[in-house]
Amino acid sequence: MITAQEKKRIQTEFQEKMDYDELLNCMRCGFCLPSCPTYIESGYDEAHSPRGRIALMKAVVDGDIEPDEDVKRSLDMCLGCRACEPVCPSGVKYGHLLEQARDIIYQNHQLSTSTKAIRNIAFTGLFPNQSRMRTLTGLLGFYQRSGLQKAARRTGLMKFLPENLRTMEQVLPEVPSLKQLKNRPDHLPSLIPQKKKIAFFSGCLMDSMFMSTNDATMKLLQYAGCEIVIPDSQACCGALHGHSGEKQQAKELARRNIAAFEASGADHIITNAGGCGAFLTDYDHLLKDDPEWAPRAAAFAAKIKDISSVLTELEFDKLPLELPEQIITYQDSCHLKNVQKTFLEPRQLLQSIAGGQYKEMKDADRCCGSAGIYNIVESEMSMQILDYKMEQVQDTMAKTIVTANPGCLLQMKLGIEREGLTESMRAVHIVDLLLEAYEYAREPVGS
Amino acid sequence: MLTEAVKRQLTAIVGPENFQDNKASLLVYSYDATPQFQSMPDAVVAPRNTEEVSSVLKLCNENEIPIIPRGSGTNLSAGTTPLNGGIVLLFKHMQDIIEIDEENLTITVQPGLITLDMIHAVEAKGLFYPPDPSSMKISTIGGNLNENSGGLRGLKYGVTRDYVMGLEVVLPNGDIIRTGGKLAKDVAGYDLTRLFVGSEGTLGVITEATLKLVPMPETKKTMLALYEGIEAAAEAVSSIIANRIIPTTLEFLDRPTLKVVEEFAQIGLPTDIEAVLLIEQDGPEEVVERDISNIAALCRENQAIQVDIAKSEMEADALRTARRTALSALARLKPTTILEDATVPRSKIAAMVRAINDIAKQYDVEICTFGHAGDGNLHPTCLTDVRNKEEIHRVEQAFEAIFHKAVELGGTITGEHGVGAMKSPYLHLKLGEEGIDTMKGIKQAFDPNNIMNPGKVFAKSERKRVVVQP
Repeated sequence: MITAQEKKRIQTEFQEKMDYDELLNCMRCGFCLPSCPTYIESGYDEAHSPRGRIALMKAVVDGDIEPDEDVKRSLDMCLGCRACEPVCPSGVKYGHLLEQARDIIYQNHQLSTSTKAIRNIAFTGLFPNQSRMRTLTGLLGFYQRSGLQKAARRTGLMKFLPENLRTMEQVLPEVPSLKQLKNRPDHLPSLIPQKKKIAFFSGCLMDSMFMSTNDATMKLLQYAGCEIVIPDSQACCGALHGHSGEKQQAKELARRNIAAFEASGADHIITNAGGCGAFLTDYDHLLKDDPEWAPRAAAFAAKIKDISSVLTELEFDKLPLELPEQIITYQDSCHLKNVQKTFLEPRQLLQSIAGGQYKEMKDADRCCGSAGIYNIVESEMSMQILDYKMEQVQDTMAKTIVTANPGCLLQMKLGIEREGLTESMRAVHIVDLLLEAYEYAREPVGS
Repeated sequence: MLTEAVKRQLTAIVGPENFQDNKASLLVYSYDATPQFQSMPDAVVAPRNTEEVSSVLKLCNENEIPIIPRGSGTNLSAGTTPLNGGIVLLFKHMQDIIEIDEENLTITVQPGLITLDMIHAVEAKGLFYPPDPSSMKISTIGGNLNENSGGLRGLKYGVTRDYVMGLEVVLPNGDIIRTGGKLAKDVAGYDLTRLFVGSEGTLGVITEATLKLVPMPETKKTMLALYEGIEAAAEAVSSIIANRIIPTTLEFLDRPTLKVVEEFAQIGLPTDIEAVLLIEQDGPEEVVERDISNIAALCRENQAIQVDIAKSEMEADALRTARRTALSALARLKPTTILEDATVPRSKIAAMVRAINDIAKQYDVEICTFGHAGDGNLHPTCLTDVRNKEEIHRVEQAFEAIFHKAVELGGTITGEHGVGAMKSPYLHLKLGEEGIDTMKGIKQAFDPNNIMNPGKVFAKSERKRVVVQP
């Protein structure tokens, strides 16, 4: 329950902090409605549409309604996929409005003890702290390799977990050992005559649980002609914090990252996670009220590029790439497409693989329901969205679903597991598939 | 406010999951796409079938509770704002295609179906449903029927009205009637079908519609003609029609509109000229080729400085998309965008465009004009800011002057958006008091308790637009 006092505080802060020009900028034309996954999956409920949410935010500012549970519910239900932004003719920056509104609500509302505990562990304890992240990943590795995982599954311990978490446990990648996690490079040379100097944003989840994907990313960059700098003082991008109403922590992380990369002298800062990349490009907005950091944030944001974008720029798709015959389909990362506007490049790369038959699925750009921690906190809606997604995937008869963000990757793996398709289908990160194709094309015939 | 007894009865009819009255739900159904209008309903109800609609209407009629049928809320005349409270009726459970009849070339649908979903379904069978309002990606058929929506193809193919063959309608007393049918000819009594189309939800609730389909045209071509003067463009429109050519689409965009559309859609539209005509023709290939080349010649005769014919379907589609987004792209310039749809006989297009420009200057307001020039339906669009009360007052004066001018030229105050609450104060300009009284008599016959979308079409007095806050 939100208490009367909390409501009052939330309302006052809405009036002080919400960007009223931006709220007025929504002309309520409704063009966003068909792009919104929660509007569609809720059976066309306006309260779960971008237009409805903006109207609610504005009504709270105007004092027409109180920020009650139903208003919070509407904002909580949003995936934050921002598919409404590219289709908005008035150019409303919905993502920024949502972040601000959630931040105000979460900073002023006493959460239940268990929710608070989960948020605390994730946002304060884990994500900003790379060594703890590594320890946890190490523990996970121990769990997977020691036989504990098998035992847990055998004894039926897992059935105490909710269904989606149980399945999630099964689809987590095999993680590297603690020792591997600690020996990360900070500089790598180009393997062909150098074309660019880039800095690599390794990301917290990507550099622990998905370390092999990060390694693949760097190999591709080396093959494509990049000298790579990996500043070791970099931190988590802060996206999870920013999207979940923990803006203050997101800002601190942003400052740390900007400082870490300023010294690199690189042409671009490369990411391989659509979610991180989008948040990094939004640093200028995040720090816009900080006179010292605003210009530095803008310079930083302008350098962010997704791996697929720099690879196409370096004509990686012109190199020999080959795979055994298979149908490949691509699931857009919402933030890569809607915020970074990168959606042609991954397709161009995938279409250049010999032996691969690229087939676009229907609504490839509709969110898969992963959305940060959404699939854990709003699992019912998330699974409903995933079910729709899996129908579209299956219509393509694809063997390989390609994604460009760790959250999407896990979610697609979850989808495959839930549909019982593990034998016939796999989900991979685009860089892993590209490296596979690069190496396969260079294998000696008959080997 | 609804009594507890009424709430209980409504819940019993539609089921608890289809009755909502929490503040957030009421707020999100308090508006449509019309600026300056907002008012809270008392409940939001989503019946699952015609029988439930009938029970809801009967209950509301007995208790004199307003009913506001609502599709996706994209209308521009405040037609779906619950000005007097009451119940917003949703059709999210009634969005089926009941039948596509390929022998009679008809489709029968429920009102909640999204227009574009229906268009895709009929096009998959090689058939064609021409009405294409700019909001078709999200508008519902029920909304299109009640507003008698137009679109870009209206010049050659007509509007929604021209494709409605039969309806199932629930009257305020709960009676369910059927009008028309799959019949090309039917003179059995009054034409109630036509009466309900465009009635803006003030007479009853449409629960099913049988619509006419036509064969898909074989080919289509799209072209642009650029002009250094607005009037030269308007004159070209008149001359194309006068030369007995009826294009599918004949759209007009002025310079400020072009500039913002190009910024938004980035498709290479010229932004340094005064006016553009977007022209399309469809039909058998040889006819299309001949018409397009004749039109190109006529455009040049009328001082077009450049004529471009789209080389590919992709190019053509980009141009059409650009026109569709015109309204919303304009919204980027200022916080508030007020779009009108004064319409004149097409021979009067040039005179009307001239008058709009003069009026904008006279009242010192910013008006961009685009629209369906081929059918005389212009969209003078005012860019303003609701917070500037003094300017809003001038905007209202300017629009009133535009309405007067349109009627003076033999036109109307609204071509396709409907009267709703926004234009009810001006309806007398077009109809005269006798015309309004006749319509009020019809309304009285169907809805004696005035529960169907009250406050729309008929103004209480000749008051100006007001901001209604919840």
